[in-house]
Amino acid sequence: MAVYKLKTPISEEDVRKLKVNDVIYITGTMVTARDSAHKRALEFFKEEKPLPIDLQGLAVFHCGPIVRKEDEKWTVIAAGPTTSTRMDIFEDEFIKAFKVRVVIGKGGMGKRTTEGMKKYGAVYGAFTGGAAVLAAKAIKNVEGVEWFDLGMPEALWILDVEEFGPLIVAIDTHGNNLFENVQKEVEGNKQKIYERLGV
Amino acid sequence: MIDAKAIRVIVFNCYLLYGRGVLVIKNIIENVAVELLRQAVTKLPPDVKEALQRAHREEESEVGKTQLEAILNNVELAEKTSTPMCQDTGVIIFYVKAGAQAKDLDKIKEAIINATRRATKEVPLRPNSVGIFTRKNTGDNTGRYIPYINWDVISGDTIELTAFPKGGGSENICQLGMIRPGDGLNGLKKFVVDTMLKAGGKACPPNILGVGVGGGADIAMKIAKAALLRPINQPNPDPKVAKLEKELYEALNMTGIGPMGLGGKFTVLGVNVDYANRHPASYPVAVAGQCWAARRASARIHLDGTVEYLTHKVR
Repeated sequence: MAVYKLKTPISEEDVRKLKVNDVIYITGTMVTARDSAHKRALEFFKEEKPLPIDLQGLAVFHCGPIVRKEDEKWTVIAAGPTTSTRMDIFEDEFIKAFKVRVVIGKGGMGKRTTEGMKKYGAVYGAFTGGAAVLAAKAIKNVEGVEWFDLGMPEALWILDVEEFGPLIVAIDTHGNNLFENVQKEVEGNKQKIYERLGV
Repeated sequence: MIDAKAIRVIVFNCYLLYGRGVLVIKNIIENVAVELLRQAVTKLPPDVKEALQRAHREEESEVGKTQLEAILNNVELAEKTSTPMCQDTGVIIFYVKAGAQAKDLDKIKEAIINATRRATKEVPLRPNSVGIFTRKNTGDNTGRYIPYINWDVISGDTIELTAFPKGGGSENICQLGMIRPGDGLNGLKKFVVDTMLKAGGKACPPNILGVGVGGGADIAMKIAKAALLRPINQPNPDPKVAKLEKELYEALNMTGIGPMGLGGKFTVLGVNVDYANRHPASYPVAVAGQCWAARRASARIHLDGTVEYLTHKVR
């Protein structure tokens, strides 16, 4: 379990060095995107319209933050990760189109995303579920917000972060998926547990 | 000997109770309910925090350890800044033990609803009350049956309130099984293990499971949820049930699901079991899931207006 501190823009070469179980901390620019933002971004790409921000080398965060506006300035109050599997239907295309290098969320992602990450060079970083205060503390500034018409949780929040983490690399560029590995192990333990309980 | 000051206090309390008593006790209930919601979402009860610290010390998986460390750091930060420890501050549930001789019992519901509205703004809490048919969020955590109140009448003149904000992720892993009575305890054990295996990392483990057996479908789930109110360092007083709790705890921590489902030893922090007698033909088993942010806070309000906080130290 190696620890890496990455600064955006992150190169494809850098993420290809990472392996499942590594711990990463990210400094630089992170952009939140949930279902609606993924969908709209891919529509823009199809229509060859530019996104409001160039995502190449950045981290995308599956998160619907609680943000407060005071004196024309946005502050993130809580920013825990949301369940990533919902974005499985978009993520491989998203990585291919926009060259994001780190995808952050909770609960892991499926086969399609794992394949996409291998092919186009990105990793999945699992952030501790519910740890909203820890996440908010690493967010130093809200650089901007785009697509606010999607609603506060679904908008693209452009965040300036310092050592955002710890993120566990749960999908790497070599086709490894930590959540799948754990799932297999858990399946393997099932019989042992039944035997112990005598059921 | 009673001095002049003591007499003044007694006279003043009599004035509060019998002069404008109705209003005053109601206000105390509302203020206490706001304070309990604040305590619950910003600070873990000591038994849960200690269990997380122990899990952090004893976790063998390196990845699991990083998650427990992040959780503990997050809990410390939340406490220090009086901020909700998780962005999901849950659906608001209260348990009330109302003393038959206490005042203002008919005002408790209104006081709790007002307190929920106030806490949503003052703490703040995330608005989590959505209409089934309108799909509209009411914005203040109230709505039909919400905040939900579980009532119990006790003897005496005190009112005991417990705030139990319940997160959505852990609610979604709750399961009810009507197992075959012939399978009995073995069937129960298998059902609890299978529920955890199905949940995996979805409910933000390490989890606490409340298990309710018997009664009927609704009764089993009610008992299972109420079992989550018991501190996890207090086994069931019945040694047979305590043994079952320990057995389930050890079995669930053999699954390998681990903190946040990333693998490791600590899948659960505790298992609390409670039971009711059952119909000969049915054997309901309910499992109520709770995330690491196991939020609850209790207080006892006395007839003279004094308040004892039971789960949290008051600043």
